[in-house]
Amino acid sequence: MTTPDSFQGQNAGPSLQQQRARAAFWFLAPMLFALFCVAAWPLLRTFYFSMTDTTLDNLYAGKWIWFKNYLRVISLPSGAVQYRGTLVDPNWWNAVWNTVRFSIVSVLFESVLGLAVALALNAEFKGRSIVRAAILIPWAIPTIVSAKMWAWMLNDQYGIINDLMLKAHLIDHKIAWASTTDTAMIAVLAVDIWKTTPFMALLCLAGLQMVPRDIYEAARIDGIHPVKVFFRITLPLIRPALMVAVIFRMLDALRIFDLVYVLTPNSAATKTMSVISRENMIDFNKFAYGSAQSTLLFAILAVFVSLYIWLGKVDLSGEGRK
Amino acid sequence: MNATLSRKFWNVAFYAFVVVIVVYAVFPFYYAIVTSFATGTALFEIHYFPAKIDWANYVAVLSSANFPRSLANSVFIATTTVVLALFLAVTASYALSRVRFRGRGILLMTILGVSMFPQIAVLAGMIEMIKFLGLFNTPWAMIISYTVFTLPFTVWVLTTFMRDLPVEIEEAAIVDGATPWIIITKVFLPLLWPALVTTGLLAFIGAWNEFLFALTFTLSEDKRTVPVAIAMLSGASEQEIPWGPIMAASVVVTVPLVVLVLIFQRKIVAGLTAGGVKG
Repeated sequence: MTTPDSFQGQNAGPSLQQQRARAAFWFLAPMLFALFCVAAWPLLRTFYFSMTDTTLDNLYAGKWIWFKNYLRVISLPSGAVQYRGTLVDPNWWNAVWNTVRFSIVSVLFESVLGLAVALALNAEFKGRSIVRAAILIPWAIPTIVSAKMWAWMLNDQYGIINDLMLKAHLIDHKIAWASTTDTAMIAVLAVDIWKTTPFMALLCLAGLQMVPRDIYEAARIDGIHPVKVFFRITLPLIRPALMVAVIFRMLDALRIFDLVYVLTPNSAATKTMSVISRENMIDFNKFAYGSAQSTLLFAILAVFVSLYIWLGKVDLSGEGRK
Repeated sequence: MNATLSRKFWNVAFYAFVVVIVVYAVFPFYYAIVTSFATGTALFEIHYFPAKIDWANYVAVLSSANFPRSLANSVFIATTTVVLALFLAVTASYALSRVRFRGRGILLMTILGVSMFPQIAVLAGMIEMIKFLGLFNTPWAMIISYTVFTLPFTVWVLTTFMRDLPVEIEEAAIVDGATPWIIITKVFLPLLWPALVTTGLLAFIGAWNEFLFALTFTLSEDKRTVPVAIAMLSGASEQEIPWGPIMAASVVVTVPLVVLVLIFQRKIVAGLTAGGVKG
């Protein structure tokens, strides 16, 4: 990639470079200020609140209590020791488990399905543009609307899914998908996979289209089996694009809130980290406790992203791939 | 003979797969439309095709006290958010893509990091700020808080777009003595408007669909945005969920998006992939 800097060094004097650097600063300043106000500052305040006993009624009445929202050791006079706080809260660990389970399963399915759809779209065939338009529809539909649409389709009495599955003899009685503990997670996964596979497919397709066609040509002339071509040529070549797509989706999945909140309200089987921490913050008036949970969620995401980028050698900026 | 037969088989299998994809993608929305035209007992019979077109649900939703208000709120909030984000992002992404300075790489990664923030992590601090500014239960609460995801995203996408613009144009302008501000407004903006449309549209969709902040920062029904209004549409009890009106409202808020997305299909795909993978 040729950078604009290459000519500055030759043709322009240091004064122009300085002028540009100064202009760059002023161009960046408003954006940086805005980001500081809406991202960095609230994040720091959330950390701060997580170390206090603030309630929603009065945000300024909280006292500093260190890590007691996270873990508090209480020594009873009898000599017994009790532990309190998020880190020993079974509801929190249930939410962590739900979130992790949901994220891994949904991203796995979305990657495989997305790749399959992308492979189909990468082939030349009649009506390809129609298919590409069709798969954009789930992506464009607001999550809340998708949740309601699927809630209706998954309805126990009048839902079309039960009707179809009964007719196909896949089930022998109607199932209340979203409200039964055993199936609630399946319902959430079904909607999420439906909604976000298109995004995966488009990202995979962008990766596939960067693979030079003559490689396939050469493989075909050499008579190599298509399956082998896929695993030996296509997959390694689109791996960087796939890795980036997976991390984007994974981060999205780990913070999921709206779908769970609307499709399976108050179900312990699907409650995720975001849902439980908002619930504590707003509904239960345990503002500081909820802040501690959202801080933990942030920490988990940060560790996960760092590990992933480090272990997978993912190039997020895309500069090395040009 | 055998080879052609096998080729035919794979052809049919391929098209079958394609048909499955299309049906899977489109059917839920189609079924929502079918349901939105059903009222009374027709709602509780399963129809794969609309039995008859009945606009009653649409009339009910659009003549209700609060839903049109929610639509107006959403349009105002999403538009303002987009304008704000684009305004701040254009100059910033010029600096990020065209000027070399120390720490640029780190800055870019930080911006990308912010766009991947879990919204819940800033919620507590955001509540405090919104209350402090006295903006609770006003559209501005949403406009400010949505900046946390629209701004990094627009900056990121516009930066990748601008990086690909030819250097020669800028060189020529510099030789002619143009200042950076002139370069942005007179040279880059005219070239950039397709990118602006794309990012603007993507940011609009993001703001239109947002739920967590909108749910938290609105109290009264007339301040709700569309997703919150739809989530809260409910009957007297669990058994009386007004599915017909919910589906009608869903179709009303989704059709404009789907139409926009289909019109700007190519540009959206380019923008999405620029945000995720650099193509």
